[in-house]
Amino acid sequence: MDAQSLISISLRKIHNSRTQRGGIKLHKNLLVSYVLRNAKQLYMSEKYAEIYRMQQYEEVMTVCNEIQELNPLDLAEDLATAACSAAALALQNGELCKESDSAFFRSCCAEAYPVTDCDLSPLSAVQCNKTTVLDLDTHVVTTVESGCLYQDCCAVQCQGAQAPAKKRKYDFGYYATESEEVPDFTPCKRARFEDFYCPHSEQLDTSNISNLISIFGSGFTGLVSRQADSEFSLNGQFCSKQTLASLGAWTRAIVAF
Amino acid sequence: FCLSADIISTVEFDHTGELLATGDKGGRVVIFQREQESKNQPHRRGEYNVYSTFQSHEPEFDYLKSLEIEEKINKIRWLPQQNAAYFLLSTNDKTVKLWKISERDKRPEGYNLKDDDGRIRDPSTITTLRVPVLQPMDLMVEATPRRVFANAHTYHINSISVNSDYETYMSADDLRINLWNLEITNRSFNIVDIKPANMEELTEVITAAEFHPSQCNTFVYSSSKGTIRLCDMRALALCDKHSKFFEEPEDPSNRSFFSEIISSISDVKFSHSGRYMMTRDYLTVKVWDLNMENRPIETYQVHDYLRSKLCSLYENDCIFDKFECVWNGSDSVIMTGSYNNFFRMFDRNTKRDVTLEASRENSKPRAILKPRKVCVGGKRRKDEISVDSLDFSKKILHTAWHPSENIIAVAATNNLYIFQDKVN
Repeated sequence: MDAQSLISISLRKIHNSRTQRGGIKLHKNLLVSYVLRNAKQLYMSEKYAEIYRMQQYEEVMTVCNEIQELNPLDLAEDLATAACSAAALALQNGELCKESDSAFFRSCCAEAYPVTDCDLSPLSAVQCNKTTVLDLDTHVVTTVESGCLYQDCCAVQCQGAQAPAKKRKYDFGYYATESEEVPDFTPCKRARFEDFYCPHSEQLDTSNISNLISIFGSGFTGLVSRQADSEFSLNGQFCSKQTLASLGAWTRAIVAF
Repeated sequence: FCLSADIISTVEFDHTGELLATGDKGGRVVIFQREQESKNQPHRRGEYNVYSTFQSHEPEFDYLKSLEIEEKINKIRWLPQQNAAYFLLSTNDKTVKLWKISERDKRPEGYNLKDDDGRIRDPSTITTLRVPVLQPMDLMVEATPRRVFANAHTYHINSISVNSDYETYMSADDLRINLWNLEITNRSFNIVDIKPANMEELTEVITAAEFHPSQCNTFVYSSSKGTIRLCDMRALALCDKHSKFFEEPEDPSNRSFFSEIISSISDVKFSHSGRYMMTRDYLTVKVWDLNMENRPIETYQVHDYLRSKLCSLYENDCIFDKFECVWNGSDSVIMTGSYNNFFRMFDRNTKRDVTLEASRENSKPRAILKPRKVCVGGKRRKDEISVDSLDFSKKILHTAWHPSENIIAVAATNNLYIFQDKVN
């Protein structure tokens, strides 16, 4: 039984005792109040954990937007694994991340998880020597390539092979849909799905989105749908939250400058 | 079908074991007397028959607090016999009464001023005088209230205990314990008061109290937090400070929403020897050595299979059931009740235990009781009963053991069962 049901049952008992024959039984009401306290403590701690997750989400959503613009090739395979695992784990085991301590949060979500479907785009064949970092203060994503430093937004696989320098933006279903010109050096807070290289399609390209899903693991279905299908959106939201959270944790671990 | 007024709420043998008193929810007391030994019917020795029935308490209404006071008899305690009459104390939530039960087997006959029917005779018709004589009559047992000890308890009385000095007794409610002199009803002494200055700070209540069987200055009281305090009345007038404090540390691995409820002690009883005491909480019976305060010397699991069912037992209020426990005459066996009309006995020496059932369907009169077993999981054997089939409305809260013989009284809702060892 969950804390909330116990709380309502206990309150009902206390209420009923007022009309019971013989007057209020002090002993019984005292014992019921202990159950009430115990249930409330659990309920409050769960609520705090949820609030913490929301905060993480807000913070890391920003990070995610930046990360989205990264060339998937830049992502080390174990990062993808970590992201996949975080998404899946968080979906299934919400209670693991009850602690408000971010270190714990990071560790519990970053368990290794076998990813079966992380097939990267055709671009994966291309070799890259890049290190990507995110400055959490300015939210600027920086890629260091072969000693050169430049900022970019992540390129994303499209149907055609694309040069990494090309901009790609993704639109997550429940973000603003208005068109936005994103300059090179400003934070990409909102990823927009603009297919520069597929001019014939101005709508969501499901194949591109499915590739994105495979990078980040299952459960992103909710993110994909622009209509944000109600039965999936929650899953997707949680998934992305946890993914982002773990990514956020990852990015913090990077030496930022 | 059972009237709730008939539900037995207390059972107690007197000091000889010849009398057995029961109290019920309707405020009545029924006293049973053991059949006397008779050459004609030797096998009837040991049977208990109804001796006296009387209404001890009536429902009352406290107009000041707008509260109804239940007539249910919470406890009965016998006084030791000092003359031909029997005396017992019976209590409901607020008032303790001393009852005298006496026999009348003769009645006076031959009055001058009234005839045998009681009608007043016309004095002009009286021509001779006669001396009234006592004639035998059918035995009549009368119960008369000799003392009423009222208005001393704000909270609900849970225990009464007669002191070994036979002059005083104590009554305990949720927060206070009062000491009375059996002769004086308009005055009592408060000896324990755990009421906090601010009721919001209340963390525990008194759940049971008992005088030591031989040391008239010593008593114990148990709390809802699973602790027992032993107090010495010689030390202080107000025994808020205890001489000894008995508590077993909680096992953190067993922690649950209901930890506080199941650790609340529902009964405390001294052994006849006075060296030990026994406590009952929801799932266990514990035996304590009075010289060791930090943990009990023995712990017996009554029905540990209920540990995983605490949630539903909380929902249906069963978790608040207050089971009692008793010692046998030699302190070698302890007994307590459970659900499904089961009761358990634990032999302290052999460490063997048995589960028996008080039910008409499952045992014929004079048949030997068959041990029962509760199946906790896996394959259920033929004679076993599974935990989910237990009837939680059939609870045995009150039991009593004859002071010297192996005769037990078990109250199963509205029925009283008396079992005894088979004598060859």
